[in-house]
Amino acid sequence: MRHLRAVNRKAVRVEEWIAAESGDVFALQQGGQPQAPRPHYPAGCSLVFSPGWEVDSAGGTAGLCQPVERDLYDCYLTCFWPAQVPDHLNNYPDWTSKCASAAKDWRNIDLVFP
Amino acid sequence: MNGYRLGEFHAFEGGSRKYLYLVPSGAIFELTDLAADILDRLRSGERSQEELLAGLGPDAAEALDDLHQARAVSNGNGFPEPAEKTPLPFPLSTVVLNVTNQCNLSCKYCYEFGEDRVANPEGKAKFMPEETAREAVDYLLAHSPGRRAVHLTFFGGETLMNFPVVRSTIAYAREKAHAAGKYVDFSLTTNATLLTPEVIEYLAENQVGVTISIDGPRELNDQLRVFRNGRGSYDVIAPRIKELLARHRSRPIGARVTLTSQVVDVLKIYRHLQQDLGFHEVGFAPVTTSPVRLYSIGGGGLDIVLRQFQVLAQEYLEYALRGEHHGFSNVTDTLAELHAGISKAHPCGASLGLVGVGPSGDIAPCHRFVDSDAHKLGHISTGVDPGKQAEFLERGHISRKLECHTCWARPVCSGGCYHESYVRYGDTGHANLHYCEWIRGWTDTCLRIYGEIAARNPKFLDHFDERRAAA
Repeated sequence: MRHLRAVNRKAVRVEEWIAAESGDVFALQQGGQPQAPRPHYPAGCSLVFSPGWEVDSAGGTAGLCQPVERDLYDCYLTCFWPAQVPDHLNNYPDWTSKCASAAKDWRNIDLVFP
Repeated sequence: MNGYRLGEFHAFEGGSRKYLYLVPSGAIFELTDLAADILDRLRSGERSQEELLAGLGPDAAEALDDLHQARAVSNGNGFPEPAEKTPLPFPLSTVVLNVTNQCNLSCKYCYEFGEDRVANPEGKAKFMPEETAREAVDYLLAHSPGRRAVHLTFFGGETLMNFPVVRSTIAYAREKAHAAGKYVDFSLTTNATLLTPEVIEYLAENQVGVTISIDGPRELNDQLRVFRNGRGSYDVIAPRIKELLARHRSRPIGARVTLTSQVVDVLKIYRHLQQDLGFHEVGFAPVTTSPVRLYSIGGGGLDIVLRQFQVLAQEYLEYALRGEHHGFSNVTDTLAELHAGISKAHPCGASLGLVGVGPSGDIAPCHRFVDSDAHKLGHISTGVDPGKQAEFLERGHISRKLECHTCWARPVCSGGCYHESYVRYGDTGHANLHYCEWIRGWTDTCLRIYGEIAARNPKFLDHFDERRAAA
């Protein structure tokens, strides 16, 4: 808000509320309100092109170029999207149980037939 | 799409800046000139967005959006959101113990013994027994979940007429609070007649906050603050007060002045109490009375009081801009509420975070209703009756006070003192309509001071955060 300046404590809270209600959400958002600790990868594949995260959650490059299998997990764990992968919440919680390491065991992940 | 119109707020200036006090949130925002221009255009009535922004430049749409988001302007048919219902049970923070209903003075305006009293102490205990006071302490500690610090306030009658119980209760409360992992602090109000060197020593050593009821220099104090034989109390109390102020440095000592038709010279009273006697803080309140009493302050008297309050408030501002303490506590208290942006659904904490306990152990919404059967909420042995408490609170809730719904000062006032309402209108839930102009005038004065401090010495406002943290 550039045209109103919060002066008292309540105004600061109103401003925070407005920011939360109307502010944009950015991938890898930093600054603003103190944020809760994030998962290792930012949630939500629609916000960024996946795979190939530009930076990892620490803001570094050490985690770049994830194996392509990582895609499965983006959809299966962090952002379930029924068109692409089985639903891990209710019907197929064990879909990846035979896949301890995605890079090695990805062949064990099979199709499901609902 | 609907046109835009003004939201609910009070606009004010301070330190040549423009501010909004938003209602009902209590938020204070500073405006840019552009935002102020937009609001000016709406003063003549509703306007479409095109009319409103015409010729105001490329930033105007953003300014309008800011105003809209903060609800300073509206463009819908939205209904005001109802104030939230009070969550019950509410954790206690303060118990006021009326350790006696007896007094050695006969102040003519006294709400406990005067013509407008609500108490009916006949046949009840005159002095609170130690056992009852202990039960009250246990009650406070048991009914303050989640609070680390609680307060015990001793009141009367004349509090010091039952000093032995004050002393033993403080010792008991310390021990019990410690065991419960809480911190308890103590304060009392007294007419100062019984401040002996031993009592003063005790109060200082135990860091008991003290408020002295006194109405100013001799000729003003002795108008109504008299002994039973009509003799004034000033000559008895002045030397004792000086002794107290000299010895008791562990807590700020405040004076509490009751203004009446005879006693309205605020400046003279303030100078005397602050400079001649040396009080750290001086607070004023008009007497609570039905309007027919001779000592009642009428509208004309309140205007005089407000003008003098404004003079003292201006002086407060000058001190604040230099970063110095000023003892006019009416300003301090109001600024603290404005700084926090408090928006009250109830005028005070009575029957919420605070209850009064009478000598008999009866629980009242606050100390002013102690010994009144009509307002009894319960007994200390069995606790507050939730039904009676809910009824009292519902009756006093801002949503019931229709007259307040169009007033911009309702976040700080919320209809005013329950006891005052009861004495005036026979209903604790009635808005104190005889004070509306006064409250708005005083709130506006304090907002202007707040605005000027925020513009010219904003660091001073940090004191209010610290004050809040300490409370």
